[in-house]
Amino acid sequence: MAKRIDVSDLDIYYGNFKAVEGVNISIEPRSITALIGPSGCGKSTFLRSLNRMHEVIPGARVEGKVVIDGQDLYGAGVDPVDVRRQIGMVFQRPNPFPTMSIYDNVVAGVRLNSTKMKKSAMDDLVERSLKGANLWNEVKDRLNRPGSGLSGGQQQRLCIARAIAVEPEVLLMDEPCSALDPISTLAIEDLMTELKERFTIVIVTHNMQQAARVSTSTGFFNLNGVGQPGRLIEFNPTEKIFSNPEEKATEDYISGRFG
Amino acid sequence: MSTQTPLAPVGATSLGNSGPVREQRRLPRFAPLGLFLAGVAVGALLSALTGFSVALTVIYGVVLGSLFVYLVSRAVEGRRKAADRLVTSLVTTAFAIAMVPLVSLVYTVLDNGLPRLDGAFFTNSMYRVVGEGGGAYHAILGTVIITALATIISVPIGLLTAIYLTEYGTGRLKKAITFFVDVMTGIPSIVAGLFSYALFTLIFGVSVRMGVMGAVALSVLMIPVVVRSCEEVLKLVPNELREAAYALGVPKWRTVVKVVLRTAIAGLGTGITLSVARVIGETAPLLITVGLITGTNLNPFDGRMATLPVFAYYQLTQPGTATQAFLDRAWTAALVLIILVMALNVVARLITRFFAPKTGR
Ligand SMILES: Nc1ncnc2c1ncn2[C@@H]1O[C@H](COP(=O)(O)OP(=O)(O)OP(=O)(O)O)[C@@H](O)[C@H]1O
Ligand SMILES: [Mg+2]
Repeated sequence: MAKRIDVSDLDIYYGNFKAVEGVNISIEPRSITALIGPSGCGKSTFLRSLNRMHEVIPGARVEGKVVIDGQDLYGAGVDPVDVRRQIGMVFQRPNPFPTMSIYDNVVAGVRLNSTKMKKSAMDDLVERSLKGANLWNEVKDRLNRPGSGLSGGQQQRLCIARAIAVEPEVLLMDEPCSALDPISTLAIEDLMTELKERFTIVIVTHNMQQAARVSTSTGFFNLNGVGQPGRLIEFNPTEKIFSNPEEKATEDYISGRFG
Repeated sequence: MSTQTPLAPVGATSLGNSGPVREQRRLPRFAPLGLFLAGVAVGALLSALTGFSVALTVIYGVVLGSLFVYLVSRAVEGRRKAADRLVTSLVTTAFAIAMVPLVSLVYTVLDNGLPRLDGAFFTNSMYRVVGEGGGAYHAILGTVIITALATIISVPIGLLTAIYLTEYGTGRLKKAITFFVDVMTGIPSIVAGLFSYALFTLIFGVSVRMGVMGAVALSVLMIPVVVRSCEEVLKLVPNELREAAYALGVPKWRTVVKVVLRTAIAGLGTGITLSVARVIGETAPLLITVGLITGTNLNPFDGRMATLPVFAYYQLTQPGTATQAFLDRAWTAALVLIILVMALNVVARLITRFFAPKTGR
């Protein structure tokens, strides 16, 4: 199911402001790719352009190519809705639907699209997804309680369960652990390692150890100055980035000699 | 353990005035109220010196009462607490003054309206009634029918406009719509009535009278209120929820219907109910479009209808021979109208209670 992503010469704009420039990257299927870099360098922006969530913002647009298994995401006639069905996303802040129960949150992708599904199949899906997100044991007795009644870390795992319930081929995660305690963070990292078997995962993180722990490849974004577009400085296997990076800027950033 | 400096219990430090926590001297619980009332009493005396008047009593009383409270509190409790007490008494006074017209109104309407709040009022029309007896059966139903029609016209238009403005609109068109909605909010109700009158006269010829004319006039007043309140509520729906839905591959229209509207439904229900309450008591536009009849007409597409506000107006301005009977009916009509509006407010609260997103474990 997992797919490879090839990005070539991608420029990303907010109106007239060029936020990201000239990204070339190849993301292998069944791998975890970490994106690191200083705040405001365009990691989130780049991530959102991979499933066409970027264009939801008024005035935002993209130039260049994003090809997933040979299909250009930005080609004419490609429906962004179909793209997002294949490429799921977990956001930085947990955002369960406040009006829905835990159960309904997990099957939101099915329900909101009015896909017909038997009750038993749906129960299965809920159990499978919650187990996949390492949340089943904590919530199995209160599936009908509101999802917003969970703790922050549980909510984040609920959002992951919701994202994997629609069986995407790629999973994008924008700082999924930034609001979590070390234990929940570990749970999510373990989860990512498991999910890697089935999905292609791209994760944005500010946590260098996390990138080193979970990812197979790492991309370092940087920008030259305020108002300048962000660029992908280096993209290499994680061991290489963290042991002997090619670029001076990468080494400075990783060793904390930044700015 | 032994290395720790022993901490004195908090109570101990506050007893002797030497520690960091100074004991606060406080006025007894009801002292401020007593002082204030004493001030009011002195105020009453003062105004009695110059020929007693309620207004002067209130003015003297509030000033002196606040002053007493402030001075005593300042002497006993210190400056900060005294300022707090002063502001408290001023704010409470302002609240009491604001309540006066409301209480007076409710009292007057109850006092005058209750005598005729009987079964006959709800079951009889004014058909062939020239003196006592009769009721507002026809007018109550007329108000309900016309307001319901106005709601049926306004809610789809208003809600869809609000959805357009928050979810889809950009640029010029959005600005223009917002501007015209603002303008519509300020339209005097009589103008709305004349608009509807002119519109139906154009289509059906002179001297046409229909319930639906009133409904159209009310919609003109109601639509901007619905748009405004729904727009505010829809704006409150966090963008993250929309993005969460998009990221699951849900098309925009489904996101709007199933996530945005569903999340906002409590607020939408409340807003719409309150906008109904806003127009249900309108008199002027109904006066010129729907008119009044003494009998019962429940067909809003044919002929005049009775409505509560217009009913009350005519009972008051054109009493027949039994003046008191007409006056009583006018008051009772006003009372029923207030009860209707209050019922709508209760409904609005219930909607909020039942549909608001539930939290808790
Ligand atoms: N909605 C937006 N409209 C206009 N400019 C934006 C918008 N979102 C982000 N930007 C700009 O795009 C640039 C990149 O932002 P982005 O959110 O991608 O940074 P980031 O690398 O994710 O930072 P962080 O690590 O703090 O999350 C920044 O200069 C930011 O100001
Ligand atoms: Mg970001």
